[in-house]
Amino acid sequence: MLQDILVTGLVNGGVYALLAIGFSLIFGVARIVNIAHTAFYMLAAYCFYALLVKGGLGFLVSGIVSVAAVTLLSVICYRLVIEPVREHDAAVLIATIALALIFQELMLFSFGGHYLGIPSTLEGGVRFLGVSIPYQRLLILVVAAAMLTVVWFVLYRTRLGLAIRATANDLEVANLMGMNVNRVAMISVAISVALAAVAGVVVAPVFVVDPFMWLAPLVTMLAIVVLGGLGSLKGSLIGSLIIGYVEAITVFAVPAGAYLKGAVALLIMVIVLLARPEGLFGVAFEEER
Amino acid sequence: MLHTFIVGLALFAVAVGAQAQTIKIAILGPMAFVQGENHWAGAEMARDEINKAGGINVGGRRMQIELIRADTNEMTSVPDATNAVERAVTRDKADFLIGGFRSEAVLAMQEVAADYKKIFLGAGAAHPQLGARVEQNPDRYKYWFRVTPLHVGDLVKASFAVVGVAADQFRKQRNIETPKVAIIAEKAIWTEGIVKAAQANFPKMKLDVVGLWQPSAVATDVTAEIAAIQRAGADIVFTVLSGPVGIVVGRQMGEHNLSAIAVGINVEAQKDEFWQAAAGKANYVATLDTVSEVEMTPKTIPFYRAFRERFKKSPTYNASGSYDALHLLKETIEKAGSTDADKLIPVLQKTVFTGVSGVIEFDKRHDLTFGPTRVTGLAIQWQEGRKVPFWPPHVKGMQPFKLPAR
Repeated sequence: MLQDILVTGLVNGGVYALLAIGFSLIFGVARIVNIAHTAFYMLAAYCFYALLVKGGLGFLVSGIVSVAAVTLLSVICYRLVIEPVREHDAAVLIATIALALIFQELMLFSFGGHYLGIPSTLEGGVRFLGVSIPYQRLLILVVAAAMLTVVWFVLYRTRLGLAIRATANDLEVANLMGMNVNRVAMISVAISVALAAVAGVVVAPVFVVDPFMWLAPLVTMLAIVVLGGLGSLKGSLIGSLIIGYVEAITVFAVPAGAYLKGAVALLIMVIVLLARPEGLFGVAFEEER
Repeated sequence: MLHTFIVGLALFAVAVGAQAQTIKIAILGPMAFVQGENHWAGAEMARDEINKAGGINVGGRRMQIELIRADTNEMTSVPDATNAVERAVTRDKADFLIGGFRSEAVLAMQEVAADYKKIFLGAGAAHPQLGARVEQNPDRYKYWFRVTPLHVGDLVKASFAVVGVAADQFRKQRNIETPKVAIIAEKAIWTEGIVKAAQANFPKMKLDVVGLWQPSAVATDVTAEIAAIQRAGADIVFTVLSGPVGIVVGRQMGEHNLSAIAVGINVEAQKDEFWQAAAGKANYVATLDTVSEVEMTPKTIPFYRAFRERFKKSPTYNASGSYDALHLLKETIEKAGSTDADKLIPVLQKTVFTGVSGVIEFDKRHDLTFGPTRVTGLAIQWQEGRKVPFWPPHVKGMQPFKLPAR
């Protein structure tokens, strides 16, 4: 049973990490509470489905076009919806909830409430420690690691990353130093949504595509980001693994309570918050900045 | 002036007369979803057949059927569902109600139907409380009749019989005398009785229950559950699933190359769209169903083929339910010679009606009577992208149930 928990927790943690990285970036670094983050993930999954299954384009073309289209849409949404109210956190929250619901209803209208399946990019699987792992799940792990590396590189090794961190640290000072803070925020949104779109393209083949698929990951992402520490990429990764392992342990230890795995994960988050209100890596991140 | 007034009055009288020539039936369903689409499609077929044949004979007067498409949006909002019924009755002046899917919503819709004393022929929800209300308070709830699906207790009998078929295959083909069964049931009220019955009765059926897993009905990932079931060495996975988790279970069992076979109730697997939704990974998944291209009654195959011809897909139980409900209503109105609910109810209570999924006869709870001469449902198995019917064995047209290669 131990090997099952180790392998299943790691693989599921990888899935969550891929979704959480972008959320963490926009939530913590650019200080935008983008509730529509997982709705962009849902849009990318639909776009990928339409191009791959209906359009007959290949995996690569469908994936690239989906990520590009959803990222472009996020920039438009930022300029039209988020930027005008960015100074007011509550307004941003409400505006992004509205965006998410609009996207949901648009998909419901366009595709109906049908559950759609996307074929795996990589078919087959491998047995590790007696546990079978589909290749698609391994691909998710690899992509999650690659995305984490890319985001870290952009944030800490480029001038753009410096600008993003400076803007997040003190918007007014960054503005006075001559940075175009709105542009920096827009780029942060674009990077974040691009990550969500990549998640949509890579993760959706292991799930089912439907207009409400953005809701469950949203709750899990909030739990992970708060658990790991707001804006900490390292925290998001470790938070993802914790949630992945907690869920696996719940299912293996209490099979009849498998439906509680989400609730147990949220309970762990609450306990951590009571002990460390800033999350596991929140302080370290503040010091880094 | 007087001439114009008389002509106007005459036109008005004609218009009112024309309106009175129709019976308005509200089709209640989540129209953006497969369930609602099927409710509507089945009703459209029945309406066209009835109207083409001259309509309904109400005490010597021929009346046409007019359908009202009432989108209940019940998958996301129960208040939307009750509002849809209110609107259909008060604004659209519906005479009868047919449809419903989600038990929570149908329980609420049943209240509205009772308030307005409108006959409500259920064609989707399985919750036992719907029938229990009729038994406990017939004066208020006598307007409710469940045309489909079977009552949960009868679903238990049917699903155990189907598990028995799978177990026999394991005994014959793989020499496993006591096959191991993992139960995977979504956490919902309707599954509780089935799970308890399975745990109590499977050992008597020489089946070894290796565990119970209960994911959420909307879980998007069950890899941990699948890994645990694989570790438990299950031969059969008894499914009790109505939500999208049924797709996830089917797909992920295939992705993980589980040697176990999924048998039971999997509502999503009843739909043609299941194979695509599971990305073609759900081979050998078997589920109870209601209608297929087999001779459940003389009406089944003609209905099935006509539906496929018209809508380019197979009907679900919601389609056969609304189709049967309309024809049942026609027969009842013609027998009673009236559209008055209080006159129709005694006729419905005594009726024995041959529908497409069986012979409909209501019990004291206004649920379907279960049995080989009434309604049993059927079972299908997904084999290489096709739904293959394999149970009950006495029905003509059944094909063999298959186990995957080891």
